[in-house]
Amino acid sequence: MAKTDIIIHDEKDNVGVVVIDKTSSNQDCSCWIMENDKSINIKSLSDISLGHKIALVDLNEGDTILKYGYDIGKVVKSIKKGEHVHVHNVKTKKW
Amino acid sequence: MEILKSFLGYKRENGRVGTRNYVIILPVDDISNACTEAVANNIKGTLAIPHSYGRLQFGEDLELFFKTIIGTGKNPNVAAVVVIGIEPKWTKKVVDEIAKTGKPVEGFSIEGTGDITTTMKASTKAQEFSQWASEKQREECPLSDLWISVKCGESDTTSGLAANPTVGNLMDKLDPLGVHTCFGETSEITGAEQVCATRAANDEVKKKFLDTWNSYNDFILENKTNDLSESQPTAGNIAGGLTTIEEKAFGNIQKIGKKIKYVDVLTPAEEPKKGAGLYFMDTSSAAGECLTLQAAAGFNIHLFPTGQGNIIGNAIEPVIKLTANPKTAVNMKEHIDLDVSKILKREMNLDQAGDELIKTTLRVASGRLTCAEVLGHKEFIITKLYRSA
Repeated sequence: MAKTDIIIHDEKDNVGVVVIDKTSSNQDCSCWIMENDKSINIKSLSDISLGHKIALVDLNEGDTILKYGYDIGKVVKSIKKGEHVHVHNVKTKKW
Repeated sequence: MEILKSFLGYKRENGRVGTRNYVIILPVDDISNACTEAVANNIKGTLAIPHSYGRLQFGEDLELFFKTIIGTGKNPNVAAVVVIGIEPKWTKKVVDEIAKTGKPVEGFSIEGTGDITTTMKASTKAQEFSQWASEKQREECPLSDLWISVKCGESDTTSGLAANPTVGNLMDKLDPLGVHTCFGETSEITGAEQVCATRAANDEVKKKFLDTWNSYNDFILENKTNDLSESQPTAGNIAGGLTTIEEKAFGNIQKIGKKIKYVDVLTPAEEPKKGAGLYFMDTSSAAGECLTLQAAAGFNIHLFPTGQGNIIGNAIEPVIKLTANPKTAVNMKEHIDLDVSKILKREMNLDQAGDELIKTTLRVASGRLTCAEVLGHKEFIITKLYRSA
C-alpha cells in the first residue's frame, strides 16, 4: 500500500489531516478518503505538523469548513488550497 | 474475532460485580480528610478518598454531592466502606444509603470526640474490613456484568480518526452481549448535537438529550467571556490540531460507534435503570469530574482514548488509556495501555483495533493493573454546581 500522508474523513470534506510527522512546502502528498477508500493527491504549501489540517480547496472568508462531512466552523481569513487550516484562519460558529 | 464470554470479577451482595476490591475510607466533608488519611495510613489494604466539599452545600448541589459520595460507596468495585464525617447526621445518611447494597459499611463522626479517638475507632473497623475483603476471590462472570464508561481527553485529530472510533468499534461489538455503557461530556457534543440526537432510542429520549444539551449550552452562553478557545478546545487540543469545539465534538461522538442507540439520558451520577445498553450522562467534559460521576453511577471499568496524552485515573474505576498518536504512544508510553497508532499508517484497521481493545478491557476487568493504577492516579473530583451557603 502506498504511504498515506493525509487522511480525509468524508468525500464532502474540504480539509484533510496530516498523519506523517510533518509535510513540507511543495511536498506532493497522497491522501486517503476513509469513507469511500479513494485516493487523491494534493501539494502542501506550508509545513504542517502531524494532526494538523490542510485545505483541499481554496477557501474564502465566511466559507464553512467541512470535516466528517459536517460543519466544524467558519473561515475568518482566506486560505489557499494546500495551506495550513487552524485557529489563525478558522473560528467556531457556536460560541 | 470470537469474543471471550467471561471475565473474573468480584460478586457483590446485591448481584453487581466488581473489577476491583477496594476497602475505602470515605470522608463526608473536607475537614474529615485528615482523619480518613490517618486511618488509611494505619490500615494496609484500604484507600482514603479525600475531596474538597460537603459543607454548607444546599439544594440541587447538595443532592448531587450526596449522590456522588453515596454512589462511590455503592460501586461494586468497592468491597466495604468506612465513612467518616464531622457531624453524625450526614455521616449516618451516607452509611444508610451505602448499606442498602448489603456490603459492610460503618460510620464515625468526629465532633465531640476528636481526630485521634475517631481514627482509633475507625482504624479498628477498617482492619476488620480489610482482612475480610482480602479473602474475596475473583469468580467467572459473564460480560453482561461489565458496566463500561467512556470519556476522551487531551484529544487531537488522531482521536477522531482512530482512537475514539476504536472505542466505538468495541461499543458496537459488546452492546449485543448485554453490557451497560455510558458516555457523557455534554458541552463537548456542541456542534454535533443534532447528529448525536439521532442516536437516541426514541423521541422521548431524544427530547431529553436535546433539553439537556440546550441547558448546558445556555449556561455557557450566559457565562462566557470569549469563544472558550484554550478552555474548550483546550490549549493541548489546539496544539494537537483541533481548531473548534465543533471539530472536537464530531471526534468525540465517534466513541459511541456506528450502530447503537442510547436508551436513556441520565442526570449527573444517576444510576441507569433501563437495563443493559448505552446511556448518555449529563456531565462536564473535564475528565476528573466526568469519571467521578460515571463511577458514582455504578460503572466498573473505563475506556479513555487520548491524543496528546491525558494521564487521568480514578479512585475506584480502572481507567484504560489508548492512543492513536504515534508520538504520544512513544513519548508517554508509561500512560498508554493500548497503542492503536498503526491505524494512521493503515497497518491496522478499526475492526482489528476494536478486537485488541476488547482483549485489553477483559484483562483489566480480570485484574491486570492499568498504567494509571500503577502510576498512582486516584483522581476523585466532585462536580460542584454553585457556591455553598
